[in-house]
Amino acid sequence: MTCEEANVLLHALIDNELDAGHAREVEAHVATCAACAAKLKTYGDMRTALAGANLRHATPAGLRMRINASLPARAPRKADRRMLLRGFAAGSAATAALAASGAFLFVQSGHEARLLSEIAAAHVRSLQADHLTDVASTNQHTVKPWFNGRLDLAPPVVDLTTQGFTLLGGRLDYIGGRPVAALVYRRRQHVINLFVAEGSAQTLRPRTEISQGFNILRWSDRGLDLFAISDLNADELREFGEKFAAAEKASS
Amino acid sequence: MVSGDDADAALLFRETALVHLDDVYTLARYLLGNAADAEDATQECFLRAFKHFESCRSDAVKPWLFAILRNVCRAEWTRRGSAPTPSDAADDGAAAPLWMPDTATPEAAMLRRLDDETMRRLIAALPDEFRETIVLREVSELSYREIAEVTGAPVGTVMSRLARGRALLRTAWLAAEQEGLSA
Repeated sequence: MTCEEANVLLHALIDNELDAGHAREVEAHVATCAACAAKLKTYGDMRTALAGANLRHATPAGLRMRINASLPARAPRKADRRMLLRGFAAGSAATAALAASGAFLFVQSGHEARLLSEIAAAHVRSLQADHLTDVASTNQHTVKPWFNGRLDLAPPVVDLTTQGFTLLGGRLDYIGGRPVAALVYRRRQHVINLFVAEGSAQTLRPRTEISQGFNILRWSDRGLDLFAISDLNADELREFGEKFAAAEKASS
Repeated sequence: MVSGDDADAALLFRETALVHLDDVYTLARYLLGNAADAEDATQECFLRAFKHFESCRSDAVKPWLFAILRNVCRAEWTRRGSAPTPSDAADDGAAAPLWMPDTATPEAAMLRRLDDETMRRLIAALPDEFRETIVLREVSELSYREIAEVTGAPVGTVMSRLARGRALLRTAWLAAEQEGLSA
């Protein structure tokens, strides 16, 4: 790989948009090129600084009111949301056209989609009878040590019962042939599997994905890749992610 | 008289589209550079979005809204001609030139943390196409694929714009640090 190529691809590495093969190629180049290694560090720092800043603009209250007023009034009866959601176009012509044009290159190639679909498959597997937990306990101090000796990583386990997410226990699972920790939480009747795997050193903010009809919230922190998956709606899943991260920060 | 169907659609629209109001307004501010134009564009965007709501996919509401906003902004860009003057970028009138090549600065220069307002100003001062891509990535948190969909550019172009945009931002960042040190 030349420096010119690396200059573009190192950004995709920082953004976690490269498949494993290309990520390794960039890392191999950076290992032998001081100039590109320095750039990777600088741009990584810049991304971290931007991620930690508030760069947004708050919507003026007047604008919010004007837009609200321009919409038809609220329904007198409860809308059948499932019906309405079915009305959403199922596929995307734009995405299909993009794929057909070869525009994806190697970014987000099969690797990424496969990973998400394996996570969805593991989630479905766990919901079958008696597959949910290897260690069933609502006590974080029972669940956390259970992973000792079973995994090379120590997954963060926090109790969120008082915040509406009940810890059910933990289990050893496999994603892409690698052992990972699965922590199981429940919100009302919805099960949340939180998969914790060894990851890159990059910190990545939470991002919502969808695979096989499940919402997946993924983020990376302190060398761990975390994937929360559930049939819970995306907003509550994000709430789970925020509360988990906050509780973890408070306990460490 | 509002029919039940309209009200149902409005409810769904509020729950799935209007929740992104802050995201849309923020992007409008960065694309248009001032609050008044951003407010107009945001309102127009949501009017159009509601009208064409049935063409929206449930798993990609935010990029869909952004693409509509971008179309709204395009009219404003055309009206302004080729020389937009974003006031969000010109708070102190002393921003370093951003189109300097990336080669002058030491590669290993450490970046120090700037305050939020300075970071916003530096981003606002980037040239149009780089600013858009940087904001969609760093502020709106879209994936490369979503940025490509919103801007209508191939993913490869998104990547090169991001690399160039970050290089420009770093140059401006280092200049802002220097200003801070000498001030």
